[in-house]
Amino acid sequence: MEKVLTKDVPADGSALDIKRYELAGGYQGVRKALKMAPKEVIDVVKQSGLRGRGGAGFPTGMKWSFVPTGADAPHPKYLCCNADEMEPGTFKDRLLMEATPHQLIEGMICAAHAIEADVAYIFLRGEYILSAERLRKALAEAYEHNYLGKNILGSGVNLEMHLHMSGGRYMCGEETGLLNALEGKRANPRTKPPFPQISGLFGKPTIVQNVETLCNVHHIINKGPEWFKGLSKSEDGGTKLYGASGKVKRPGLWELPMGTTVREILEEHAGGMKEGLRFRGLLPGGASTDFLVEEHLDLKMDFTDVQKAGSRMGTGTMIVMDDRTCPVGFVKNLEHFFAQESCGWCTPCWSGLSWAEKMLQSIEDGQGQEADLDRLSYICRMTAPGHTFCALAPGAAEPLQSALKYFREDFERHIHEKRCPWR
Amino acid sequence: MANIWVDDKTYEVSPDQSLLQVCLELGFDLPYFCWHPALGSVGACRQCAVKQFKDENDTKGRIVMSCMTPASDGTRISVKDSDAEAFRAGVIEGLMLSHPHDCPVCDEGGECHLQDMTVMSGHNYRRTPYPKRTFRNQYLGPLLNHEMNRCIQCYRCVRYYREYAGGTDLAPFASRNITYFGRQEDGILESEFAGNLVEICPTGVFTDKTLKQHYTRKWDLQMAPSVCVHCGLGCSTSAGERYGTLRRILNRYNGEVNGYFLCDRGRFGYEFVNSEQRVRETHSRQDGKLKTVPKEKAVEQLGDILKGNSRVIGIGSPRASLESNFALRSLVGVDRFFNGMSEKSSHLVSLMTEILRQGPARSPSLREIEYSDAVLVLGEDVNNTAPRVALSLRQSVRQQPMEKTDKLKIPRWLDHAVREAVQHDTGPLFIATPNATRLDDVSTGTYRAAPDDIARLGFAVAHALDSEAPAVPDLSDDVRRMAERIARALKSAKRPLVVSGSSLASEAVIHAAANVARALAKDSKSAGLSFAMPEANTLGLALLGGGNLNEAFKTVQEGKADTVIILENDLYRRAPAEAVDNLMQAVRHMVVLDQLMTPTASKSEFVLPAGAFAESDGTFVNNEGRAQRFFQAYVPKDDIQESWRWLLDLMKASGHAEAASWNVLDDLVSATAGAVPPLEKITEAAPSSKFRMLNEKVPRSPHRYSGRTAMLANIKVSEPKPPQDPDSALAFSMEGTPTQPPSSLMPFFWSPGWNSIQSVNKFQSEINGALRGGDPGVRLIDPPQTGSGLYFSAPQRPFEVRPDEWLLVPLYHVFGSEELSSQAPAVAQLAPKPYVALSTADAERLQVQEGAQVEVKLAGNSQKLPVVVQAGLPKGIAGIPAGLVSVEGAGLPAWASVTRS
Repeated sequence: MEKVLTKDVPADGSALDIKRYELAGGYQGVRKALKMAPKEVIDVVKQSGLRGRGGAGFPTGMKWSFVPTGADAPHPKYLCCNADEMEPGTFKDRLLMEATPHQLIEGMICAAHAIEADVAYIFLRGEYILSAERLRKALAEAYEHNYLGKNILGSGVNLEMHLHMSGGRYMCGEETGLLNALEGKRANPRTKPPFPQISGLFGKPTIVQNVETLCNVHHIINKGPEWFKGLSKSEDGGTKLYGASGKVKRPGLWELPMGTTVREILEEHAGGMKEGLRFRGLLPGGASTDFLVEEHLDLKMDFTDVQKAGSRMGTGTMIVMDDRTCPVGFVKNLEHFFAQESCGWCTPCWSGLSWAEKMLQSIEDGQGQEADLDRLSYICRMTAPGHTFCALAPGAAEPLQSALKYFREDFERHIHEKRCPWR
Repeated sequence: MANIWVDDKTYEVSPDQSLLQVCLELGFDLPYFCWHPALGSVGACRQCAVKQFKDENDTKGRIVMSCMTPASDGTRISVKDSDAEAFRAGVIEGLMLSHPHDCPVCDEGGECHLQDMTVMSGHNYRRTPYPKRTFRNQYLGPLLNHEMNRCIQCYRCVRYYREYAGGTDLAPFASRNITYFGRQEDGILESEFAGNLVEICPTGVFTDKTLKQHYTRKWDLQMAPSVCVHCGLGCSTSAGERYGTLRRILNRYNGEVNGYFLCDRGRFGYEFVNSEQRVRETHSRQDGKLKTVPKEKAVEQLGDILKGNSRVIGIGSPRASLESNFALRSLVGVDRFFNGMSEKSSHLVSLMTEILRQGPARSPSLREIEYSDAVLVLGEDVNNTAPRVALSLRQSVRQQPMEKTDKLKIPRWLDHAVREAVQHDTGPLFIATPNATRLDDVSTGTYRAAPDDIARLGFAVAHALDSEAPAVPDLSDDVRRMAERIARALKSAKRPLVVSGSSLASEAVIHAAANVARALAKDSKSAGLSFAMPEANTLGLALLGGGNLNEAFKTVQEGKADTVIILENDLYRRAPAEAVDNLMQAVRHMVVLDQLMTPTASKSEFVLPAGAFAESDGTFVNNEGRAQRFFQAYVPKDDIQESWRWLLDLMKASGHAEAASWNVLDDLVSATAGAVPPLEKITEAAPSSKFRMLNEKVPRSPHRYSGRTAMLANIKVSEPKPPQDPDSALAFSMEGTPTQPPSSLMPFFWSPGWNSIQSVNKFQSEINGALRGGDPGVRLIDPPQTGSGLYFSAPQRPFEVRPDEWLLVPLYHVFGSEELSSQAPAVAQLAPKPYVALSTADAERLQVQEGAQVEVKLAGNSQKLPVVVQAGLPKGIAGIPAGLVSVEGAGLPAWASVTRS
């Protein structure tokens, strides 16, 4: 099985410097892309079926094609790499940035060329100190070798790339919250439409793209869309970084063909549950996805199949829950996180999530009431997609609504026994 | 137009609006919080949810926010849909989780949008037993009270304060359900438009601190439509009274003038009416002292003095109503009536008035100023001389950038999307003033210079626009380039505007502004020319006519008069003390009618207590040329009555034939209109006292006015007969027809279910448009737009710095420079202490630092003042705060010596 993104990850935990990266074939994608017209790059990416790896899975090439081009297009145009990896349980972008920072830079140069961006930002999670160090070094190297800056490799293409470290809020990872944060404003989400492709950073056309997505771009250019599609076991092209955390034997991160089944990831790669523990459920792609349970294990982990089962692949990094962990406490922790990370903009989110958190705490403390379960469901309905301003609250509702569905008895036991049975 | 379906009924609406706006216009009761007609849509509160259907076959539909959805053709929505109703009730439930439910002790209670919307949404039972979040409140200065626990996080305060009004010291802090709206630390809110937060906040977070001193619920106020007296813009206000004192001023929506907003001087300056400086009783001088006398006795005495006396002159006032000035003029005779302004200001005001009347440029309303797309401000610190203009200009700079966002198909009502696309882009706004101004942050360019140089810039702009306009000799390259840049910006604009005024007392500046406007108008542009007028009725008085104060002095000095009647005018503010003293020495009899015991009044033989705006009826003409009627909110106690009524009493007592048939306001309005052709249309400013709706007068109090039978029960158990009002179609009553009166007679906004000021939408022909039946007031000036007049000639010489003298210019302060509001304690508290401002270079030249005492000598008078160093001031110019440092009536600008003391 072919590895693409993690092929050159050094085993010693170091970062691939520019020499080693070039030796491994690095920056060939840039050379090739710069000889292509921007539209050709977009077409190739469209054909590859690459979908955004940040969680929403929007077709990448299509997103780029919305950016105005030509002589009348507003400038500067921006490319923003969303490296604010704050989704609980998610650590895939971190590996890519710590091990192969040039891979990200190369992908970004190709993407920037495709949309004729003048300036690119890497918006990095504030806690990713090591990534920052390594990206900084890599950026300096890339400038030195004229992969960045003016007239890149004599192509006439210019690109400035900056690293920006986040102040640290979950909301900064939301596409438009990120743009506000980058402008120095509160990380509140923005009205859509207009989409960032039309009016984004500083009011100019902007593409925001996840680290893993961008890391794929130059590989697609190098080896073609058909090759990329062939990597996958599903309709969605390419490989995917899958991860598992929780009480499994070998928590970790693996690059596997897109569409590998949940069971294969859980049992073969993560080694199954630790001795003496039973599997109860998992959140497939970070905290803001619905629980999957035993019956879903043979699903393909891709955007389409997981969605059919009522959840989302999200970031593809699963959080596994065992039978010795209290589902109420588990969900309460998550809702505490989401309530705390609400930006405070729209009512169902800032108000509903804090209410949900309080209710879950009281259930966990043995003070819950029968009516609380209906109220929790009610909050999930209030925060449904379209009811809120952005996707944070609907995301927060996903683990809660699915826990109420799959683990309802556990909630009821808390209420009837007036205590947490796991304590 | 677009056809939309609301609950299966079809309506024709404007497609350029959000669904929320069209639903409100159609009369639906759709609750909202974060939306505001002047602020547009941002989709934060989620309160205005409706169900939208794809087509007629879609029965499921989906919840959408009506504020974020365009009213495009074919849209099908349901307001009554049970899912939508349940969602709206749920949003209110969420908003109320931490609201303290302290309505009975909250100042907002009874006019609270949150109360209204809660009732409208049907949420009434609290399902959460958990503790509420609490906050610490801040001290925000003498004007506003802060009670953050009531906050529902709608973000309107910070959107208004920061994005609309340009303030920087109010912000959202923290996040989630503990978002805090306040300052970084306790302190006085910096914006002079902060008071609007009282009306912007949908609940009781920001409330009127001055009202709190003498609190009354909205429903218990007796109110009247009024007009602000604290500058020349004539903003519409609503004055509210209870127990004989003026309790508060609220904005009264006037689509053409102030819209939804007032400045803080206008909102909080009212307390001079309740001031201890008020003259409440009739006074006459006995044994050298002013003593109270019965009103009738004073009138009788004065009647004897005036009877057959041909040696009487009258000095009117630009802060008194047309009717009072006209009554005085009638009493003394046209030739013996003086306008009460100094020679210089009288000249400048007449000049501005003539320019506006001749055209071709038209004086725009505040609304039109807001929609101007390129502006030159020439010599006027509008933030301090005509504050509400500054708020409109702040919006005007968005006009050109918004044309770009139109091309991105971002609807203008989608506020944050527009702001994010516009970023810091601003349309042309050039400001030429001696000192830095609060509008500089949105200006395209500023020019700091002496009055003459400001005028020269203006002349150069006019010349750059039209070579027939006189050129300016010896212009530096920098200034010429700037003039050309300004000319280009104005020329390429669709609705260019020149703003100027008389605050620098410079004829040249006014000439320059007129030239620019004339040059623009020549290009067949709809060019605007707006002059800030110093006082509430300055333009009205200019139209009425009359000699200036110097001529009045001369008349007395020449022995042609020995009796002077002074109407609402403190002469010491307008003329050198010596001249006023001489006048007083020379006359045998002196009568002052005024509201406050001014220095002039305190030296008079007779002082007659004049009604303040809230106690009087009358007409003011604002700087636009709009005549607006104000009405008394209550009948004042003691001897206080309208100045014109006093003057009628005197006319009758002295056997004046003309006055025999004059009894009520209508008589005087008609007489004024008949006698003064430019004022002919003032009869149309408001309906006469004969106006009735369904045979009833318009009530001044809401239907829920309480305590009518009990208020005075501790004095007398029988309910007194309410006062009759012979002067207007308003009644001192809560009884009357509940239909909408004409806009100029609307004492307050209230509609069933809409107890707060948000109810304005029920009275507008369209949201943000005119009130139904037209906005209050009538324009008296409409110049021919194709005048072929001549250009004024340019000043020949540039300003020259003198070695030992400084040109002393007045620097204006929104708080402190205006006479009446300075007597309001909260405003007085915000006024700066006396100072003299010097440029950095001049402070170095004098070897003084900030705070050092210097001696300022002007016209033989000397005073010590602390230095304020203002980096922006040009060299050779010194500034003193207008109205706050006595210059003994010496007209500014004037040359003065400044020395270290």
